[in-house]
Amino acid sequence: MALLEVKDLKVRVEEREILHGLTLTVNEGEVHAIMGPNGSGKSTLSHVIAGKPGYEVTDGEILFRGEDLLEMSPDERAAKGVFLAFQYPVEIPGVTTMNFLRTALNAQRKARGESELMVPDFLKKVREVSKSLNIPQDMLKRGVNVGFSGGEKKRNEVLQMALFEPSLCILDEMDSGLDIDALRIAADGVNALRSPGRAMVVITHYQRLLNYIVPDVVHVMSRGRVVKSGGKELALELEASGYAQFEDAA
Amino acid sequence: MNVAVAKTGSGRAVSDLFASAEGRLPGSPDVIAVRREAFETYERLGLPHRRIEEWKYTDLRALVGEVLPLAAAPDATALKRAAEAVKAHAIAGARKLVLVDGVFAAELSDVKALAAEVSFKTLRVTLDKDAGLLKTASTDAVVALNAALATDGVVLSIADGTQLSAPVQIIHVATAASASAVTRSQVRIGKGARATIIESFVAAGAAAYQVNDAVIVSIGDDADVAFVRLMDDAPDAVNITSQFVTVGANAKLNFFNMTSGAAVSRLQGFITLAGESSELSVNGVNLLKKTEHGDTTLVVDHAVPNCVSREIFRAVIDDRAHSVFQGRIIVRPDAQKTDGKMMTRALLLSDEAEADNKPELEIFADDVSCGHGATAGALDESLLFYLKARGLPEKQAQALLIQAFVGEAIEQIADDTLREHVIGIAERWLERRS
Repeated sequence: MALLEVKDLKVRVEEREILHGLTLTVNEGEVHAIMGPNGSGKSTLSHVIAGKPGYEVTDGEILFRGEDLLEMSPDERAAKGVFLAFQYPVEIPGVTTMNFLRTALNAQRKARGESELMVPDFLKKVREVSKSLNIPQDMLKRGVNVGFSGGEKKRNEVLQMALFEPSLCILDEMDSGLDIDALRIAADGVNALRSPGRAMVVITHYQRLLNYIVPDVVHVMSRGRVVKSGGKELALELEASGYAQFEDAA
Repeated sequence: MNVAVAKTGSGRAVSDLFASAEGRLPGSPDVIAVRREAFETYERLGLPHRRIEEWKYTDLRALVGEVLPLAAAPDATALKRAAEAVKAHAIAGARKLVLVDGVFAAELSDVKALAAEVSFKTLRVTLDKDAGLLKTASTDAVVALNAALATDGVVLSIADGTQLSAPVQIIHVATAASASAVTRSQVRIGKGARATIIESFVAAGAAAYQVNDAVIVSIGDDADVAFVRLMDDAPDAVNITSQFVTVGANAKLNFFNMTSGAAVSRLQGFITLAGESSELSVNGVNLLKKTEHGDTTLVVDHAVPNCVSREIFRAVIDDRAHSVFQGRIIVRPDAQKTDGKMMTRALLLSDEAEADNKPELEIFADDVSCGHGATAGALDESLLFYLKARGLPEKQAQALLIQAFVGEAIEQIADDTLREHVIGIAERWLERRS
């Protein structure tokens, strides 16, 4: 069974159809890249998978390990192992990162019928992962993402990914707003999480990110559909020729 | 027309009430005369209503209607129930002074432990000689009613230079249903003294009761004081508290109020900065649900130059509840270099929740820095989604954001134990929501 199956998905936002019948299958252990021009519906797809309100699914389905994802609330999806790394992680003043991480992890464990993680085990794990991501300990005591740089915010997303151990990671424009050094640290963090049991969907406008996170499959999206799929060489081809050919094709 | 309104049921009820209560009101004949005069003032004014500007948003005639007769003095059963409530609400390490249904309960209080550092009397004893404590400059009807009917209270005096080794917690416990508890207390804090005073209002099984409390506080020069009021009365109770605070020079007062109970409540605080170079921090949280009405009205009077005042208020309003914040900053003509600011924010958790905010600046000096700000709105959807996408169910995500919202006011409490206690009250309120 595929980990994620998106079948003929049609989605509207405020009466306007954004996805016009999108189909995508992702198996465990695979890394898929979704590329496409602005407005092609890449972020809409990621939001609908995560359960963000404001999107109306008019047709099609999304199955996660065969279960209907669209019937689940966002927190249920998270507990099942769906993780969206936000393009623009929000700032939450007054909620320390540490408190947030512990509350979220325990909420997921509770939903799965697991016991809460003991505090020493949790702290040890946070320390290990944050060290590998070059996240200073004092950042964890501050409000979630408050005063963080763009790179720090993205690293904080990767930190959560490492702690929550989801089986599907969707990275929405992870490279936006990052310089090359920040991008490398975040991408190293993501690569360390690649495993046979975990799939990733990397959404990006530019080929640059795929030099660091090398995909197994590349999809080109245009006007709300996947118009071409191929190996990693497809990304290079796009870099050379641009998206215009696909816009015409769609 | 106004005269006709003043003669409504509430006026007549209190008239009966005073006649029936007179026999058990403490005080010498002179004191009783002062009470009678206060009662006549109350009867002339009646309960405050919306055409009295200060009570515009809290029309007690509409919300309360009638003043209930005084509660009987607590018997052994009532004291036993009160003891359990005291145990549940006592702050670790604090020395307790307990008033049950408006009467001081020595057996539930830590009088001996207190005696080493604080001079303590009951209002009842004080009124044997002197009616002074029944007099304030206030012309408010509920304050007059309080002077007429106060059955007891605590009178504390902390000598100059005393550093209290533990906080003092005054706990008001209600055990009598459908009755009034009327109390009046005084706290005097000497020069250079350091003290934390907490006033808690709790119920021990009682319902539909009314509390009318008045507190007169004076803070000496160079003193450092924290004053915390925690009002967690029964969901159908009424609590009207009036506080009159005078602050000397070079002093620090950190004031906090938490409203998390009662169907109808009002805290009205009148704080006068009477000595130069003092710092005042006034903070509070209203947690309101169902059809609760919670009013915080504060008047900060900068009477002298060079004082700083800061006010941070947060209201969390669910269901059809109604929160009122009225904040007035007065800067007298001599009070140059005053620095006075207030910020209030209301969080509306339902479409039917209501927040009224009335900031007023009355500035008569020309070299001052004063300002106020107010916001009202719902929880931020993008923050909620982020938390839900990380596995927090809706109510838990809301709770985390609400805690952060009120946290800014609560974190102004310096004492760790006390702050944790207040956070605990907020957490329990949030748990009852979900």
